[in-house]
Amino acid sequence: MKRGALFWIVVTVALTVLPPIAGALGQPFYIDLVRRMMILAIAATSLNFILGYGGMVSFGHAAYLGLGAYSVGILGFYGITSGWLQWPVAIGASALVALAIGAVSIRTSGVYFIMITLAFAQMLYYLGISLEVFGGDDGMRLRSRSQFSGLIDLGDAVSFYYLCLVLMLVIIFATHRMVNSRFGMVIRAAKSNEARSRAIGFSPYRYRLTAFVIAGAICGLAGALYANHTNYITPGLASWVQSGDLMFMVILGGMASAAGPMLGAFVLLIAEEILKGWTEHWQVILGPLLVLSVIFFKRGLAGIFHA
Amino acid sequence: MTWALVFEQLLNGLQYGVMLFLMAAGLTLVLGIMNLVNLAHGALYMVGAYLAVAGTQWTGSYLAGVALGFAGTLLVGMALEVITMRPLYGRDHLDQVLVTFGLILFFNELVAIIWGRGSLYTSLPSWLQGHIDLFTGSRYPVYRMVVLAVGLAVAVLLWYVVTRTRLGMLIRAGAANRTMVAALGVNIRLLYTVVFGFGAALAGLAGLMAGPIYAVQPGMGELILIQVFVVIVIGGIGSIRGALVGAIIVGVVDTLGRAFLRPVLATAISATAADAAGPALASMLIYLLMAVVLALKPAGLFQSR
Repeated sequence: MKRGALFWIVVTVALTVLPPIAGALGQPFYIDLVRRMMILAIAATSLNFILGYGGMVSFGHAAYLGLGAYSVGILGFYGITSGWLQWPVAIGASALVALAIGAVSIRTSGVYFIMITLAFAQMLYYLGISLEVFGGDDGMRLRSRSQFSGLIDLGDAVSFYYLCLVLMLVIIFATHRMVNSRFGMVIRAAKSNEARSRAIGFSPYRYRLTAFVIAGAICGLAGALYANHTNYITPGLASWVQSGDLMFMVILGGMASAAGPMLGAFVLLIAEEILKGWTEHWQVILGPLLVLSVIFFKRGLAGIFHA
Repeated sequence: MTWALVFEQLLNGLQYGVMLFLMAAGLTLVLGIMNLVNLAHGALYMVGAYLAVAGTQWTGSYLAGVALGFAGTLLVGMALEVITMRPLYGRDHLDQVLVTFGLILFFNELVAIIWGRGSLYTSLPSWLQGHIDLFTGSRYPVYRMVVLAVGLAVAVLLWYVVTRTRLGMLIRAGAANRTMVAALGVNIRLLYTVVFGFGAALAGLAGLMAGPIYAVQPGMGELILIQVFVVIVIGGIGSIRGALVGAIIVGVVDTLGRAFLRPVLATAISATAADAAGPALASMLIYLLMAVVLALKPAGLFQSR
């Protein structure tokens, strides 16, 4: 527990001092990179909630990333740029779609669940491509970033960075609390032994569906952040490669651990940046690395830090 | 919208359906027998298409290209099974998904390195070009008819192999109880390699036949792979009959939806609204179909176990 607390203090301090240091070194690129890492860490944390603790292998989690981003984009397209409205819509829309997808897919399990969540996410991806009004395959530029009545300017790289940092830490903490609440116990119990949790009087379906919706909603928020981060949205955000990336972040970092998804997101994105620096064909190296890490590196990064 | 056009699109749907079936058959066998989720099945489809194009270009003979595409994917598939799938049999589906996801990244980038990112187009030999007259009076490409015939022939052959031969008996037994089959002295590892290899070769066959119809490009396997998942979910895991029925349903529904949803909608709502909603709805049709099937039959139409 003490090591865990130390770990989080180090992470918080390091991430807090990064922008001034990057600014002093004249490397604003790193502020941008780490901000992206933190946004995807939020998405990965939401996936870990259902995947790591709930045992629901959702291969379509990027759908909510796309939904959140498109909520911001589409509202902006029609001139509604207030973040006070955009972000709740992003969260609400993702939660609603998660409710619909979850209601169908949680009735199944195992391979079916994986294939169905993937198929529904892909459906939304193709829907995004076929919406010519909103740029279709090419996506569209945001008219403006979300406005928060002058409270915070998302156009300012550093303030947006700190907003992402705070949100990430809050969401990781809240998820941690949820996992250790009565609700979280039921979710984990249903994962480890469904028959037994039924026998003591819990119907896992409702609990699982609730967790699925919560995870979708959090990921929708990450999508809203991502749209503001890139200032540009494409259907690619909801693609299955993005879903696979999120899943890999969770596994690499360590399933069912508070810090795992964040560590996974950071390491995967850093590895991508390094490989991109080496060669245009970085995926030919990343692919086998992924294979090897899954086969040989079972415990994940969080196991090293005991966090 | 004439009946001749509907019939032609129906044939297109059937032709796409048998192609989905070639993919689904291998995938559903691997899933049913080895309990292995193989996302890289789409990559094998792509490898088949590329090898066929390369073989045709090297030798100048279309048939040599076809042979290379089929045999090449068979070998790649068997090598893949030995190197990467064997450590995965005891692991959970999540690990299998991630490893095969990594393999897709690898294969997509590999073909991009060798053949570039652009699309490749192939020309058919003269005996496969041209059209035949349909009884409706319209003309239909010979090649698509050949694809349809090959697909149906493979379906019959698969039915024969699985239900009437010793190999098929072993496959069915392996699906029912792996440990028992191994205890009876059957080399189950070899059986797995053979099944995986032939599943790969069928994917390669689908890919090499798809080459002249659709574009050959990196990532071409993923689009069809996800539709194949829909096929398997509808048909039921491990059931070849389910794969055939599911593939035909998905192929026909998808093709007819893309062709006719917009004009049909235009008769009900305004033309501009139909222009916007038609393609969007058409692209979602098979997934909605899947949701309906799941709501009624959570284990698919032909549950095998």
